[in-house]
Amino acid sequence: MKAFRLLRRSFEHGVHPAHHKDQTENLPIQRVPFGRHFIMPLGQHIGVPSRAVVAAGDAVERGQLIAEPGGFVSTALHSPVKGVVSKVGDFRGVDGRYAPAIAIEADPFATQEVDPDAAPDWRSLSLEAFIEAVQMAGIVGMGGAAFPSHVKLSVPDGIRIRHLLINGAECEPYLTTDHRLMVERPEALLEGAEILRQKLGAEETVIGIEANKPDAIETISRHLSPDQPVRIVKLKVKYPQGAEKMMIKSVFGTEVPAGRLPRDVEVNVNNVGTVVAIADYFLRGMPLIERVVTVAGPGVTYPANLIVPLGTSVRDVVGFCGGLKPGTREIIMGGPMMGRPIASLDVPVLKGCSGVLVFTEEQTARRKEYPCIRCGRCLEACPYFLNPSRLARLSKARMFDEMKDYNVFDCVECGCCTFACPSNIPIVQLIRTAKDDLNNRKEPDA
Amino acid sequence: MKKRDPDLLLFHAPLLRQGMTTPKAMRDVIIALLPATGASLWYFGLSAALLLGACIAGAVLAEWLFADRASRGESLRDATGILTGLLLGLTLPPGLPLWMAFLGGFAGIALGKVIWGGLGHNLFNPALVGRAFLLATFPIAMTTWVSVYPEGGFFDVYSSNLALPFMQPQVDGVSAATPLGLFKFQQEATPLGDLMVGRIGGSLGETSGLLLILGGIYLWLRRDLDWRIPVSILGTVVLFSAVLGLFDAERFPAPLFSVFSGGLLLGAIYMATDPVTSPVTPRGAWIFGIGTGVLVMLIRVFGGLPEGVMYAILLMNAATPLIDRYTQPRVFGHGVEKKP
Repeated sequence: MKAFRLLRRSFEHGVHPAHHKDQTENLPIQRVPFGRHFIMPLGQHIGVPSRAVVAAGDAVERGQLIAEPGGFVSTALHSPVKGVVSKVGDFRGVDGRYAPAIAIEADPFATQEVDPDAAPDWRSLSLEAFIEAVQMAGIVGMGGAAFPSHVKLSVPDGIRIRHLLINGAECEPYLTTDHRLMVERPEALLEGAEILRQKLGAEETVIGIEANKPDAIETISRHLSPDQPVRIVKLKVKYPQGAEKMMIKSVFGTEVPAGRLPRDVEVNVNNVGTVVAIADYFLRGMPLIERVVTVAGPGVTYPANLIVPLGTSVRDVVGFCGGLKPGTREIIMGGPMMGRPIASLDVPVLKGCSGVLVFTEEQTARRKEYPCIRCGRCLEACPYFLNPSRLARLSKARMFDEMKDYNVFDCVECGCCTFACPSNIPIVQLIRTAKDDLNNRKEPDA
Repeated sequence: MKKRDPDLLLFHAPLLRQGMTTPKAMRDVIIALLPATGASLWYFGLSAALLLGACIAGAVLAEWLFADRASRGESLRDATGILTGLLLGLTLPPGLPLWMAFLGGFAGIALGKVIWGGLGHNLFNPALVGRAFLLATFPIAMTTWVSVYPEGGFFDVYSSNLALPFMQPQVDGVSAATPLGLFKFQQEATPLGDLMVGRIGGSLGETSGLLLILGGIYLWLRRDLDWRIPVSILGTVVLFSAVLGLFDAERFPAPLFSVFSGGLLLGAIYMATDPVTSPVTPRGAWIFGIGTGVLVMLIRVFGGLPEGVMYAILLMNAATPLIDRYTQPRVFGHGVEKKP
């Protein structure tokens, strides 16, 4: 049974959404022209918001530090353009709330270059200095969660990382940013991987790629050098193959114990975009000030893969793609399974924004909800082997405490249950409601 | 002129869905039952159509009557009332008075579904509740069987079908025992070939084993059916019969006879698998199926009745919440060691 599972190279359960990647998977990455107005929210990663170190009226260079980490689980921010800080204050963020941000007016005549020697020489850095450099480069997980990368790299004493796993699954439908990076920048990917592998002292690098990207697998294979211990693992096309614990299960056959991290099974997982960002900083001096974004979906006139300077408004990005088609109903930042809807075109592209997806009537039609008939499709979809049917029922009855007996906190909100539900029950939202309620209740005693 | 932005919706991810919906799943079950329904028309003529119609009418009327006004149309459209009526009809003897069938359909929905809170909340299979109601209320009519092929061809309706309410129904001239009854009370086995194609006395839908299996395969291919339940029920019955056969092959039913006689296939494929009333966990499904199979054999072989599928499923329905509670799957990452 175990051998059989390894042959299939996959975790168990999960779902098979149509991947819809044909819109952009063969389009080369293009650069979006620099706009005029940039907004850099201070809290665009998971953790403590950054602290601004510039004030209104300050001139900033492209790549200059504009905010420093607000704590350990926090990263630096850099100016995406040469220009002038116009305001440090509250701006409406992606989630619709006002939050502190730095607004920058771009200098329209600047060449917008970065100093290629800005980064320290990574070979001579100690591990602690390297981790701090990653933090000061503002690098976060680029797959969507935007978890500060240096935190992941900080391994406590006594734990060894043996495998560096690079996540090229990109299991979310529509998104093709990691795919294009693997096809177009395999050298940068392998460079970044080697930097991380040497610094972590890992024995090997494993690149996990879903089988629907044969060109990426082929291109990277061609660039492999014999003295670099890298192997590519072809993974079954299945959502959520790119969830790091699922990918570890797929590649190594190991389950990360609940409540533990990949490092507890001697693995460090990084997304393709993150690894390229590491290479871009340490070899080319560019901190995290731009990222690749897939603009796709049925409501986009010209779908594209774009390099977007952070802080660029969605309006500018969509405008570059020929604007929205009539009938646009909803815009999602990120993927269609776990992304977030945005309420306005004036929100900025952030570090964790892998896609701007524009949907029309078909995907947003109000689906009638039927009673749960306990068909069990959600149980067969849940990669964590939870009982979403039961959880949803308990949540509807507001029996949140009972949900803890059904391991509600093991849920990663991947949305498989909701995708699979024939009764159109918003299971993942019900679970999220319960988790929020339980978490908020906990705080006063803590 | 400034172009106005579209009014953006904020529906939460996931925006994508697989295509299946609950009403579609219900319709699939009805489609799967069509071949067996056709066979019942072939063997019992117009009577079968009238009986099925009466059951469905009763079920749909109850559905309509007890739905609140706002969701009235919906509860009819999701086809569950029709499905319950059809399933109930297929378990009835062909000579049953129509008014009883109508009442059974009504009771099945009213007592089996509505009082529990409607679709998805009932503990017992509504069609079987309807049948249990009829068996308790009209024990003689429910155990009087007629032979296949009415004398006068398709349009010849069994006279007992048309009995008026609360009148003693006329027992038809040609009555026939079911294979299970023959075996239990007269130790007389029915040829297996007749059992498979259904040229036997019995309920409307329990006559053609092969067509029932065909529908089951369709449901399995459409992923509407938890294959574990029919497989474990039938497997248990086969095993149980085989073990009994080791003691006394004459006195106890042979494995294949057990499978193809009575309502076992109808029950195992279409009723025990009702998702609402069967366990939702994979391990629970095995326990449920094995339990049902054992109960069926215990009732058939050692009990007073020739057939036990209905009571076996209803009893296991009652155990379902408990089974579910104790068979939750192991959550990913639980119970694994820290080191690989």
